[in-house]
Amino acid sequence: MKHLSQITIIAALSLAGELLSYLIPLPIPGSIYGLILMLILLILKVIRLPQVKAVSDWLLSLMPVMFVGPTVALIVTFDEYKSFLLPLLIVATVTTVIVMAVSGCTAQVLITRSERKEDRDAE
Amino acid sequence: MLNEFVSELPYFGLCLTGAVYVAALALYNKTKWAILNPLVVSCAAIMVFLLVTGIDYDVYLQGKPRGDGTYDGTGAAFFQIMLTPTTVCLAVPLYEKLAYLKKYPLAIFGGILAGAITSVGCVLAVSLIFGLNHVQYVTMLPKSITSAIGMGVSEQLGGFPTVSVALIVITGIFGNMMASWIMKLFRIRHPVAVGLACGTGAHAMGTSRAREFGEIEEAMSGLSVAVCGLITVVLAPLMAGIL
Repeated sequence: MKHLSQITIIAALSLAGELLSYLIPLPIPGSIYGLILMLILLILKVIRLPQVKAVSDWLLSLMPVMFVGPTVALIVTFDEYKSFLLPLLIVATVTTVIVMAVSGCTAQVLITRSERKEDRDAE
Repeated sequence: MLNEFVSELPYFGLCLTGAVYVAALALYNKTKWAILNPLVVSCAAIMVFLLVTGIDYDVYLQGKPRGDGTYDGTGAAFFQIMLTPTTVCLAVPLYEKLAYLKKYPLAIFGGILAGAITSVGCVLAVSLIFGLNHVQYVTMLPKSITSAIGMGVSEQLGGFPTVSVALIVITGIFGNMMASWIMKLFRIRHPVAVGLACGTGAHAMGTSRAREFGEIEEAMSGLSVAVCGLITVVLAPLMAGIL
């Protein structure tokens, strides 16, 4: 029954997340509230890692398959995106390069700076 | 006729999705070509299959029709039901990587925040240049984050969730393929910075690339996927008001 209790904990957190999304008037999906709740409960050690780990790993490994259905919908939703195919393509390619470069360079500059400061403090 | 036949069978969409994905995964593991991403290959194969056979998308997605306009839920949607619990479970890898967050808090938050702002800023710029409407704009806003979060964000903001998912997947594959080149071009060498760039720009598919760079890169990338997703959940609704 190990898996049943793990499934129930994860389902209960999903339910709590959906409830919060229903009660709080912000455009935030219930899954996000559930994620934050789970993280807080793990940090507070209310939930221990082994109590959710097995089912969680199993679900995460299946995640890509969950997007097959909605992606295949592209064959019936052509009207929704045919008018902005070029901007979509630019956003998927050019923007991705820019985002990766900016986050990588920013992090590297900040790390180098803090390491230099540590060296100075050590002297 | 094939559509009528399949419409009598529960579990058709579920089996088709599972079988095609398993085959696509085997193909990817054999070749290791980023372009043969299992999600892309299985989606493309199923799209072609449905178009050629004339089987209804609704029957594929939702299962056997009950005759009153509802379906028995044994189609590909079976997997979709687990999406919210799976997103909740993203907290588990995030929790396991919390130690890294304590080591370089400023660099990690700074790098991810800069990436997230750049992402929504670029989407705004492209939308303005092409004169796109609000729905098209918010569809593209969650493009850099994991589909699990991005699909929900797009839905909540009134975008086309299906198009958002496709955009997110293509972003991930492109980032996965270009990662080495980007790191070389922009001289990003520190393993923490490399991981952050992969996870912030190309979510889970960036992380699978980061795994090939090293252990720290993989951990940092996994952390960025969750943190960047959370930052974008806050950032996207604010940005949505602009256009």
